[in-house]
Amino acid sequence: MSDTGATSLEGEATEPEATEPEPAAEAVPQEPDPLRDPLVQALEVDLGADLLTSAVERNDVWVRVPAAAWFRAVEVLKTRHDFDYICFLSGIDWKAAPDFASRNERTFDPAPLEEGVAADGLIERGITGGDTRFQVLVRLYSIERRLGITLKADLDSVAPSVQSIVPLYRGADWHEREAWEMFGFDFIGHPGLRHLYLPSEFEGHPMRKDFPLLAREVKPWPGLVDVEPLPGGDDEPEVSEVS
Amino acid sequence: MTVTEHQQSTYIAGQAADARIRFELETEGMTLNLGPQHPATHGTLRIVVRLDGEQVVWADPVCGYMHRGYEKLVEVRKYQQITTLVNRIDWLGHFANEVPFILAVEDLYGVEAPPRAQWIRTIFFEMARIANLGLFLGDMGVQLGALTPVFFAFRDREHVLNLMESATGGRFHPNFDRVGGLKEDLPKGWVDECRTVMKRQRDFCDEMEELLVGNEIFQKRTRGIGVIPRQIGLDYGLSGANIRASGVDWDLRRDSPSPLAWKEVDWKVWTHPDGDAFARYWVRLQEVREATKIVDQLLDGLPSGPIMAKMPARLRVPRGEAWVSTENPLGEMGYYVVSDGGPGGPFRCKIRTPSFNNIHIVPWLLKGVYVPDIITILASLYFILGDIDR
Repeated sequence: MSDTGATSLEGEATEPEATEPEPAAEAVPQEPDPLRDPLVQALEVDLGADLLTSAVERNDVWVRVPAAAWFRAVEVLKTRHDFDYICFLSGIDWKAAPDFASRNERTFDPAPLEEGVAADGLIERGITGGDTRFQVLVRLYSIERRLGITLKADLDSVAPSVQSIVPLYRGADWHEREAWEMFGFDFIGHPGLRHLYLPSEFEGHPMRKDFPLLAREVKPWPGLVDVEPLPGGDDEPEVSEVS
Repeated sequence: MTVTEHQQSTYIAGQAADARIRFELETEGMTLNLGPQHPATHGTLRIVVRLDGEQVVWADPVCGYMHRGYEKLVEVRKYQQITTLVNRIDWLGHFANEVPFILAVEDLYGVEAPPRAQWIRTIFFEMARIANLGLFLGDMGVQLGALTPVFFAFRDREHVLNLMESATGGRFHPNFDRVGGLKEDLPKGWVDECRTVMKRQRDFCDEMEELLVGNEIFQKRTRGIGVIPRQIGLDYGLSGANIRASGVDWDLRRDSPSPLAWKEVDWKVWTHPDGDAFARYWVRLQEVREATKIVDQLLDGLPSGPIMAKMPARLRVPRGEAWVSTENPLGEMGYYVVSDGGPGGPFRCKIRTPSFNNIHIVPWLLKGVYVPDIITILASLYFILGDIDR
């Protein structure tokens, strides 16, 4: 990881051992996980070519399937692998660098971010990767096996839509309404996609990266007058360590 | 005036219900608007209830009166600034909101807080549980018409809040957790004072047991009301005491790998097979008791040492994603944090709150119940509005 400005600055001010540790993701030894590896192997058999990527990391199973296999993958998890508890369902917009936010960020340093930005303007897409701008993800648990899984699917960058999983989990209903309202995902077969939080007249999808946060457009943050500088901010290079 | 899609569907559903009721019983249906300002709603939840005489035909919760858009706000803040926000999600469980977020960031950053910090975190976490659920124990009484217990609850919660204030400086919004440790160490004499308060909390639990659990009226109003079968509860994603009261032995403090100190002490997960309002009250009562015992044991074995890992002044979290959830007073609360490796805050932060799923079951649960039982069921599900709307 190439920290140009920041590391040299704090290197002068801090103790030698207080330098930033190496990113954990770079050198993770792949230890066999007796609880989770069998699940991934079983899923490879059940889903076949529909299992695009899988990883056992951070005490967790991460799996990515194509949008067309979304419903089937959840069904397989529920019926064949006892995943009976739905934790949440949500979405991600991988569009890079929301410029309305960074413009107002005084300490913004665009170089390291652009490093991870692909030609299509999207950033690196998590543990299991991705091909498109939007991803839908659901987290399920098996109470019997004390096991959790995060399942993801790529959605179309222009018109994201995916089959609803409400027939499998009733608890997905509100989560899908929320994802529809916040990201504009269309859930085919959902019993009633209507606004959950926002008024019915609301236009746009607030959690998309190109939806500006109006408060920041009107007044830059942090306010120069009423907010004291953060420890370690640009205007306070002398602070050695937060303790 | 334009008619929105929601109004239209509500109207059609209402008409259909009317038609059915007129056909079956020849009575006029009635729409009752419960909230947004009802004491049983713990904030501003509105529930549109269609009634047939005294019975509910359908119920539709309307959220969003307190939607603050935290998931969007988090994206334009730095990691250090976010604990201030998330304190206000479940405002009665204050400190417990910070912990899963900080753990997720520590996971991404690859740092672990020193043991003393983890133990103090666990103590505060359990104290947040006592403050939160302790209030519920009294509040449930007031929803059923018994005014006295709630005064006892507020009286005894004050001791816990005073302790929080003496250590963190904040009664409701401690903002005490940091990436890599805690803001400060405990003040002098705090440990002894904490033991006294835990003793008081156990006395308070005994008091509640005598006042409410053993009370014939309370039992008649809660037993067999709002029964949630195990499978339905899991299907809706219920968590916390709500699902444990349906006989599911599931507690993230025990069942998920956590760096916090629960595995170091001896405690028990309480469940109840009935799944009704009484069971949910009973499980929470036991959980408060258990929490005081956890705190006592943690105070006995509190390790010495630093409370903060060596951290650089500027936090630059490496690229990656992490999911961490903990067993908060209301249920499973988790943060899915994505970092883009930049100097700012998270790229995306999904906040999974327990009350959102816990209240999702209301349309199913309220079907066919009587009007007074609506309040019993809502009170027994125990939700906090900030926790639904975020």
